[in-house]
Amino acid sequence: MGQIAAGRPVAPMLGRLVGLFETMATPHGVDRYTELIAPTVTANELRARVTDVHREVADSVTLQLRPTRQWRGFRAGQFVRVGVVVDGVRHTRCFSPCGSEHADDGRLELTVKAHPSGLVSRELLERAEPGLMVDLEQAAGEFHLPRPRPRDIVLISGGSGITPVLAMLRTLVDERHEGRVAFLHYVSRPDDLVHAGELRRLGKALGVTVAVGCTGTPGAGDVDGHFTAEHLAQAAPWVRGAQSYLCGPARMMTAVREVYDGMGIGGNLHTEAFEAAPAAPPADDDVRGTVTFSASGVDAANTGDVLLEQAEAAGLSPEYGCRMGICFSCTAVRRSGCTRNALTGKADAEPDQPIQLCINRPVGDVDIAV
Amino acid sequence: MFALLGPLGRTITRREPARRDDDARPGAVVLSREDVEEIGRELDALRAETVADLGAADRKYIYDVIKVQRGMEVAGRAAMYVPFLPPVWLAGVGALSLSKILDNMEIGHNVMHGQYDWMRERGLNSREFEWDTVCPADQWRHSHNYMHHTFTNIVGKDRDIGYGILRMDPDQRWYPHHLGNPLFAAMLMVLFEWGVMLHDLEIENVVQGKRGWADIKPLAVGWWRKAGRQVLKDYAVFPALTGPFFVTTLVGNGAANLVRNLWTFSIIFCGHFPTGVASFSEEETADESRGEWYVRQMLGSANIAGSPLFHVLSGNLSHQIEHHLFPDLPAHRYPQLAPRVEDICSRYGLPYNTGGFLRQIGSVWGKIFRFALPNALVGRPGVPTVVIERSSGAA
Repeated sequence: MGQIAAGRPVAPMLGRLVGLFETMATPHGVDRYTELIAPTVTANELRARVTDVHREVADSVTLQLRPTRQWRGFRAGQFVRVGVVVDGVRHTRCFSPCGSEHADDGRLELTVKAHPSGLVSRELLERAEPGLMVDLEQAAGEFHLPRPRPRDIVLISGGSGITPVLAMLRTLVDERHEGRVAFLHYVSRPDDLVHAGELRRLGKALGVTVAVGCTGTPGAGDVDGHFTAEHLAQAAPWVRGAQSYLCGPARMMTAVREVYDGMGIGGNLHTEAFEAAPAAPPADDDVRGTVTFSASGVDAANTGDVLLEQAEAAGLSPEYGCRMGICFSCTAVRRSGCTRNALTGKADAEPDQPIQLCINRPVGDVDIAV
Repeated sequence: MFALLGPLGRTITRREPARRDDDARPGAVVLSREDVEEIGRELDALRAETVADLGAADRKYIYDVIKVQRGMEVAGRAAMYVPFLPPVWLAGVGALSLSKILDNMEIGHNVMHGQYDWMRERGLNSREFEWDTVCPADQWRHSHNYMHHTFTNIVGKDRDIGYGILRMDPDQRWYPHHLGNPLFAAMLMVLFEWGVMLHDLEIENVVQGKRGWADIKPLAVGWWRKAGRQVLKDYAVFPALTGPFFVTTLVGNGAANLVRNLWTFSIIFCGHFPTGVASFSEEETADESRGEWYVRQMLGSANIAGSPLFHVLSGNLSHQIEHHLFPDLPAHRYPQLAPRVEDICSRYGLPYNTGGFLRQIGSVWGKIFRFALPNALVGRPGVPTVVIERSSGAA
């Protein structure tokens, strides 16, 4: 802790000054002091303040965020991890910014659709207000528009998969892209359509075609029913020479993939699956699945024992102490999967969380960084 | 059946299967195996109830404490610029002392126990947190979180019993150098943060040649890094930043570290060494059940009665009994849990060792003086005996 973020060139004088502040603040780091004055004044940590909250349709909320100065921007299509406190606990979720790369004020726009059981999305829908501080990580992900831009571009999305491709569309319009752009988006009912006004506006840009399909409401959209080759031919008759970007629910992605493969242009289709919400913990503790100790490259069948014992049985020797959940020596990061705490009985499936190996049992497939 | 657990005046008694009233020691409290397991269940339930209730209020609490601590620190550092007004300078030393006490006890000690890991904040994570003392957090987590909290008051295993230099228990063998017990204790108190830093060194094992440079080197690297930064901060950078007041700032910072040392030593020694606290042998505690572990934690710890402010300034280690039962529950919950733990103790006839600060610290120093001498001269202190009937086959 307390190190200057790597890779950021700082002027030597400023660097020395920050170094002095770090020495003065040791062992806690400068941010642990400055955040008490203003949470946005941080030397190292990237955060963001919510500046605007807009609730356009039921179950969705659009947030404008102003990141702190460490923010390095994003490429349209990428995602960010956002940390939000719910009932005292910080939960981290991935969202794709839906604004243009060139948003002139450097702000970040997120549209969050609340799932009935979504802890973070419901919290944001019900309680986000301007002034809310969230944790932020730099943008990541390979799903983004390449540079230089392809000439002709087809964007296809379904449901909340709209966010990365809307970012692409807005970016292209801001760039006064000279090629042709088609945007095909599917919702089940007209009321579910977010950014409707924005889509109408973008649809009027030169060379841009916007078509919305309402799968559950015949006759309501620009195209009827679920995605078909005809929709594609109608919106982008020039698709063979274009690069296509797709994000949506699994079933829709499969349908689009089949059409592209059938046309022999599967290589031009770039996809991003929905960031799946953490799976609800299984009701029972079936002993099944595979435990992956990813730092050692070892896989083992789940025996139902606590993770420390399973790691040792697999020939690994992670650090441990009390073996009864009190000393935290064996804490390691659960990269993915669900584990159940043997003391509290509580199951948890949030990715990238530190857990105590000696009192947690895997429930199904689990990946531990040991 | 194998009987066990006699606090201090220990009797390890091998007995025939016995009824509860058929005790080897008149006046001893006898816990059946079922009693012990029931105590374990009650404490597990108390723990689960608290875990389920953790939330926004606990988050606010720890951040409020951090704000006060940071504020005290900044105020204390600022006051060092006006040494020509002695009351201000003194208040600065006081504020800096309080800042270090809060940092080490209610924040550092508790965060590093994992009490706030559930919040998933990087700044309050037990694996990443560092505190404002010369002891590196990772070494402390080994000597304290693991060794002391797992093997609490087991003579020969819990190195907190005397820290390798003091004789605090009649079952520790007496050597002539123990005549220096009071002197060594006073030195440990004054230099406590350095003593804590050297804890993982196991000094007596180095002296006896059981540990060599290969064992010590990784520890020494950690000391150099951590203590070096602490020394640089308190004894070079901040004094230099006050320019002409270098010396008074140096003295002020040193005084704050000293106050913190005296206080933390006193609170911590009150946790396990007042009269009436039990110690245990390795044989007695082999293959403990969870219930037996709980009972050992209760018999091996002692509380200090006091005001809410006193509890905060002691990092709630004034609730040492509750802390040893639930080391990873946020410490500010211990005052709520204490009456329920005390109720369990009274229902099973177990001692619940508590008393005012002066009484507890007085009895600690009494022991420090007493055990400077061999048992033959001072005898063994008489304390109530608790006997746990263990499962057959344990012997």
